[in-house]
Amino acid sequence: MDIRHIARLARIELNSEEILRYQTQIDQLIQYVEKLTELDLDDIHPTSHAVEIFDVMRPDEARDGALSLEEVLMNSPSVTQEQFRLPKVVE
Amino acid sequence: MPTTDYLVSIGLEVHVQLKTQSKMFCSCPVRFGEAPNTLVCPICLGLPGALPKLNAGAIEMTVLAGQLLGCSTPEVVKWDRKNYFYADMPKNYQLSQYDLPLCLGGEVPLYELAYPKDAQKSIVHPGKVVRLTRIHLEEDVAKSTHHATYTLVDFNRSGTALMEIVSEPELESAEETVAYLNSLRQILVYSGVSDADMEKGQLRCDVNVSVRPKGQEKLGTKIELKNLNSISAVRRALNYEIDRQIGEVEAGRPIQQATWRWNDEVGQTEPMRSKEDAHDYRYFPEPDLLPVRTAPFVERARAIRPELPHEKVARFEASYQISHYDASVLAADRALADWFEQAVQGSTAPKKVANWVINNLLAELNARSIGIADCPVSPTTLAALVELVESGKVSNNQGKEIFALLFERPQDSPEVIAKELGFEPADSSEIEAIIDEVIASNAGPVAEVMGGNEKAANFLVGQVMKRSKGKANPKQVTEMILLRLRPS
Ligand SMILES: [Zn+2]
Repeated sequence: MDIRHIARLARIELNSEEILRYQTQIDQLIQYVEKLTELDLDDIHPTSHAVEIFDVMRPDEARDGALSLEEVLMNSPSVTQEQFRLPKVVE
Repeated sequence: MPTTDYLVSIGLEVHVQLKTQSKMFCSCPVRFGEAPNTLVCPICLGLPGALPKLNAGAIEMTVLAGQLLGCSTPEVVKWDRKNYFYADMPKNYQLSQYDLPLCLGGEVPLYELAYPKDAQKSIVHPGKVVRLTRIHLEEDVAKSTHHATYTLVDFNRSGTALMEIVSEPELESAEETVAYLNSLRQILVYSGVSDADMEKGQLRCDVNVSVRPKGQEKLGTKIELKNLNSISAVRRALNYEIDRQIGEVEAGRPIQQATWRWNDEVGQTEPMRSKEDAHDYRYFPEPDLLPVRTAPFVERARAIRPELPHEKVARFEASYQISHYDASVLAADRALADWFEQAVQGSTAPKKVANWVINNLLAELNARSIGIADCPVSPTTLAALVELVESGKVSNNQGKEIFALLFERPQDSPEVIAKELGFEPADSSEIEAIIDEVIASNAGPVAEVMGGNEKAANFLVGQVMKRSKGKANPKQVTEMILLRLRPS
């Protein structure tokens, strides 16, 4: 597991000291989880959830949002024409 | 090597917005053209701590689309987080489906009329069917508008239910790709799950294209094309890109896997990002959503599954004895097909009704730039007009005049308009008398008709029409003359 790759994906800047420290910690974590591979898991289906609950849904009914435009835009660094204004995003 | 020595492989990722009332993971309404950021809530704004809630209606629509396209549906499906950073997705992951999507496999038949008009005469693989890989259900992102020095983001679109339909790379030309998009669109519109209008962004597509020399089995390195905003742009972009790639290979420059952008103004593709920046999405199961068992959805979709365009074509051919082409024109638009079926109800001449719809009605609608939904003339009125013509009470040309007037006066019956225009058939004894005169004074043509040359009757009919001052019905007159003169 390359700590630099993960840091880049997560947009986290690490200095060389941190890279060393986290690399060691992550390696230890993975080693710990790898203990699981010592078990015979051939007959165990992978699960995405620990609880056996299915089909939690809502009907397709629309309701207007409870937020005012002010509340919607309050976290925006800057607002133009009722929209979130950002530095130019280059595709 | 000439261009024809290369094989082209094209695969598509088509995103289609579903026509649900509410968004995929929240109850915000799905509407177009509203003031920016007015159809939003903490969930579709991606605020920390907001929990998604699955829209059962969107699942139902996707399963229905899958049934129409011959897909299978896993017994249990789930949603996953696709992680990436972009301003249109502030929670930094998109809720999508990774290993258990709603639909697997399936296929899209390429309809003949779905090819570009100029390519319909030279279809390389008639009846071709393109296989699908999968369809998954995810959320749309917010809409960004890029300005010179800044970008504006509107979250009204964020969270709209979006199907991603992924095809196998089996399309072999720009023309087949156009046919694929049009056929797919037609099926989706038929099923009522989407309006799939590309101009409105309800259907968007990314295209993967590669070339390789004939004889090589392994696919060439693919380029992903983006910014294709209309079906004609897809065709232009692909033709450009195929030529460009063949040029590169010919020059000995191997293609590097990358994403390119179509610049429609300039008419060329331009590199966007190379493979080094390829995304590493680190999918993992969404812990805030529980898996869904699909059996009830599949059962319901089977029950409400509508007839598909090609199934309708086959039924029209069989039930109404019309040609494959005519049936395809009628079935291309579900509303037009429904209109035709209403007109043909109880008609004794379904083939004629089809002709009137295709030759006269469509032309009139076109001339007025309106769709069938806004057609002022009702199907039963057209049916009555066709009966009037078929019974010989008015001629075909007179029928057309009545038809044109019906568009101005849709409430009136064709009979009333016929009377007003003086198209009422003259008293038949009067016409009999005129026919007597014409036969008596045209011995030459009469002899010809009696000798078996029925075409010579046309001259006699013309004479009768002249003397009746156009009041007689040519079809009726022809029948009367032939009855008298035809050798028995
Ligand atoms: Zn919302």
